[in-house]
Amino acid sequence: MSDFEPVLLANIDKPDSHTLRVYESAGGYQGLKKVVKKMQPADVTTEVKESNLRGRGGAGFPTGLKWTFLPQDHPGPVYFCLNADESEPGTFNNRILMEEDPHQVIEGVIISCYATRATTAYIYLRYEYPKSYERLESAIKECYDAGYLGKNILGSDFSLDMCVHRGAAAYICGEETGLIESLEGKRAWPRIKPPFPAIEGLFRKPTVVNNVETAACVKHIIDRGSDWFKSIGVAADPDNPRDVGSYGPKLYCLSGHIEKPGCYEAPLGITLQELIDQYGGGVWKGRKAKAAIPGGISMGLLTAEEFDCPLDFTGPGKYQCLGLGTAAVVVLDETVSIVDFLHNSARFFSHESCGQCTPCREGTSWALKMLDRIKAGRGRLTDLDLLLEISDSIGIMPGTTICGLADGAAWPMKNAIRKFRDEFTDYIKRTNPGGYAQTSPAQAMEILSGAH
Amino acid sequence: MPTVTVDGQEIELGDDERLNGIQVARRAGVEIPHYCWHAGLTVVASCRMCLVESGRKDRESGEISMIPKLVPACQTPAADGTVFVTNSEKVKSARSMVEEDLLIRHPIDCPVCDKAGECSLQDYHFQHGQGQRRADIKPFTSRRRPMGDTVTLFVDRCVMCTRCVRFTREISGTSELMVINRGDHEEIDVFPGFPLDNKMSGNVVDLCPVGALGDKDFLYSQRVWFMKQHDHVCAGCSTGCSIHVEENHDHVYRLKPRENPHINHWWMCDEGRYGYKHIHDPGRVTQPTRRDETGEMVSADWSDLNQRIDSSLRSGLDNGGLDNGGLENGGLDNGGLRDNGKLAAVLSPYLTVEEAYLLSDYIRGLDPDAALVLGPIPIEGTDETYPGNFTIRAEKCPNRNGVEAVISALSGRLLTFDEFLDQISDGSCGGVWITGGYKTDWISDEQAMKLAKIPTIVLQEMFASPLSDHASYRLGALTFAEREGSYVNVGDRLQSFRWAIRPPAGVMPDGQLYWQLSGRAGMFQAAEVLAEVADSIPYFHAAAGEIPDVGVDLKITRLASVEG
Repeated sequence: MSDFEPVLLANIDKPDSHTLRVYESAGGYQGLKKVVKKMQPADVTTEVKESNLRGRGGAGFPTGLKWTFLPQDHPGPVYFCLNADESEPGTFNNRILMEEDPHQVIEGVIISCYATRATTAYIYLRYEYPKSYERLESAIKECYDAGYLGKNILGSDFSLDMCVHRGAAAYICGEETGLIESLEGKRAWPRIKPPFPAIEGLFRKPTVVNNVETAACVKHIIDRGSDWFKSIGVAADPDNPRDVGSYGPKLYCLSGHIEKPGCYEAPLGITLQELIDQYGGGVWKGRKAKAAIPGGISMGLLTAEEFDCPLDFTGPGKYQCLGLGTAAVVVLDETVSIVDFLHNSARFFSHESCGQCTPCREGTSWALKMLDRIKAGRGRLTDLDLLLEISDSIGIMPGTTICGLADGAAWPMKNAIRKFRDEFTDYIKRTNPGGYAQTSPAQAMEILSGAH
Repeated sequence: MPTVTVDGQEIELGDDERLNGIQVARRAGVEIPHYCWHAGLTVVASCRMCLVESGRKDRESGEISMIPKLVPACQTPAADGTVFVTNSEKVKSARSMVEEDLLIRHPIDCPVCDKAGECSLQDYHFQHGQGQRRADIKPFTSRRRPMGDTVTLFVDRCVMCTRCVRFTREISGTSELMVINRGDHEEIDVFPGFPLDNKMSGNVVDLCPVGALGDKDFLYSQRVWFMKQHDHVCAGCSTGCSIHVEENHDHVYRLKPRENPHINHWWMCDEGRYGYKHIHDPGRVTQPTRRDETGEMVSADWSDLNQRIDSSLRSGLDNGGLDNGGLENGGLDNGGLRDNGKLAAVLSPYLTVEEAYLLSDYIRGLDPDAALVLGPIPIEGTDETYPGNFTIRAEKCPNRNGVEAVISALSGRLLTFDEFLDQISDGSCGGVWITGGYKTDWISDEQAMKLAKIPTIVLQEMFASPLSDHASYRLGALTFAEREGSYVNVGDRLQSFRWAIRPPAGVMPDGQLYWQLSGRAGMFQAAEVLAEVADSIPYFHAAAGEIPDVGVDLKITRLASVEG
């Protein structure tokens, strides 16, 4: 175990850690008091901007910069949405925060709202977190009673209302504009951008959407200062002008074939191997690891040889993965079939595709059906190239979809096939000895008797 | 002036023009394929068929910096310096990918699909698709379900462009259609118990780029490639929507809206769309008849009918005169009513401007004081305006404005049908020409009895009416699709059209008949008549010269004359 002192998880093991009493006894809401009494909203934004805090929801966009995109002098209202629709497979860090230390999150949200001049904060909570819902609801009630929420917070002229909205269990609601549409009562079809939510978001008003862990980080930046935040993590790569560094503590979710699965706090930049060994107690049952997902399934796949990958915002990218994502590490041991892994991943994304953009709707479903066939022993070697072609052509990176769901579907597919091609080839040859070399579609199309 | 580059070609835009990539490419003669985008609906950029490469050209240096990824042209504004590349390999492969994707689960049932021949999926596949199918998914089931009384959904043909959904939300404002399910299970549907039921429902079929939404009225009645399309004007109400009449061998199979930014944009109402059934109604009056010396109605022959009608009307000159006080008031001039002669013409608001003018010209040639009467105006309900700003008028005839203007200009005043009826007394009127063209009841028994006092009645009507038995000559009337000339809509916009189909045997085109009677040689030339009308009647001055497809605004002249 490293000597890193947890910050975000500091309170969670205390009895009644979710109550206001326990939270305040550990110095809770002192940051808010400081902000409301001594700081201007712009000061808060500057502090957060200087900390180089990057969003913890997956994309890693600098939070302070996002806030500055809000139009100045807007007559309002400005809305704040807390993205608590934590649906990335393998991810449960927000859940720990909301269940065990909800006040930390709420204080971060109130400070963020103060900085962004938001008057209403919506917490968009995934439906499958009933305990989080109860804890958040009771924490919000405590805040209203204590004067941390409502009109004229702590005697200032800053007022804020907070409301928890429960989603209806759809992955796409975690996409920020899908979330906004869903909050408005519509189908969660991500919006085309521009305009970005900061300009025109919820109810067509300027809106900030931040992740739960991001809000918690904001609270600590205000408590301890941006210099403290920047003392943790990995500095910006001077050779990469687009890298703003990966600073601060990060909650890593460790699951899969691991001795001690759980949510662990570590400085950004810890390597995958360190995380597995120092926190997770190694691969379970004394087995060897075969691969791991670096940050939620949509980020791709690392082979066991790539476990020296540092888990910061740029690390996984150097190993042909999409990025850090939600820092949800899922370890696959040597017994796992990568074909099964990819099939499971494809099934998830095909099921969760919102169906708006053609390449994602049809591409994810086509890939799944191809993998269904491979698993059924009717695979062909040419399928692999077709799967790669699909995965290379869908997503916002090639520009063929509105949101990043298709990218998420594509990366595990690209990584699995490119990094484990031999295993796929062997599988297909073994399960379809008579037909693996076939090149054209096996079944002739059935002639329809008419669609009427 | 903003300049946009499309495939190397520089296009100049107006200063306040706001176009997207698809629209600006059209200016350059480049068609960017698209499904979900429609100029009349909000942009969703979801079909991804219009993906192009885009960038920006620096005005000073002329350097072009391209966006590394593809962008949807529908969502990319054409601002000054914007560069679009629509023919690169990257763009072509993206199009081919989207086509392949859309066809994975799309039934290839073109032989039994109504849309075949005018289907974007077919056309784009031919232009941008791949020659071979790579997906060996058992493609489809065959499911069909009604969306309402007018439209049926072929579920598997849908490409989820959501144009129909947006139409019911944004234009009709009725929001019946929606998307259900998610991902590749998505379908268009209505909420149980709330079918597609609005007066603009047929438009969703036009909007559908594929064969998913079928028009129940048109379904399986004709292959689209057999039909000829004629520019026309809807006669259903005084909005006067620009339409296409689509026919094969003089049989009309459907009406479709024709884009006209001044009137109906891209839409038409169901009343107009399905309001063509009377054209082929077996009950239509086709065989001309005349009352012989014994008072019996006998078949007439067009070989001598013109002369007979002409001489009957001429004889009417000698035994009539409207009851305008001439006798009772001892021959004194009666406040301007005195100028009524012995003949009259009732001009239906279904006549074109040219027909009304020619008939007036003919009648006034016989009797310079002949009364020109505006026919009955059918009114039903009240005007209905939809959120998309489309209005269905209560006035269910197409050319009241045009006919009124002709009457006012030629006779100096406007005599309504009821006023005319009130002026008829025994022997006051020697002969009347009544033009019908109404597809519904237009005259009551009581009104017919008043008219019956006139010795010579030339009646043109589409269906039998209370007046039929009193006619001296009974001729078939034309439907709008058989007419030629110009209609002036409620907003004073004049639109010209040619006949779309020939009238049934026995019915002489109105224009031709009046043309001959007024002593003109050869065939009816609507354009020639309109030129004469534009020249002689100030209201029609703006109609001089070629009439564009979208018509001309006659108000322009009025404004000019006020200023002058």
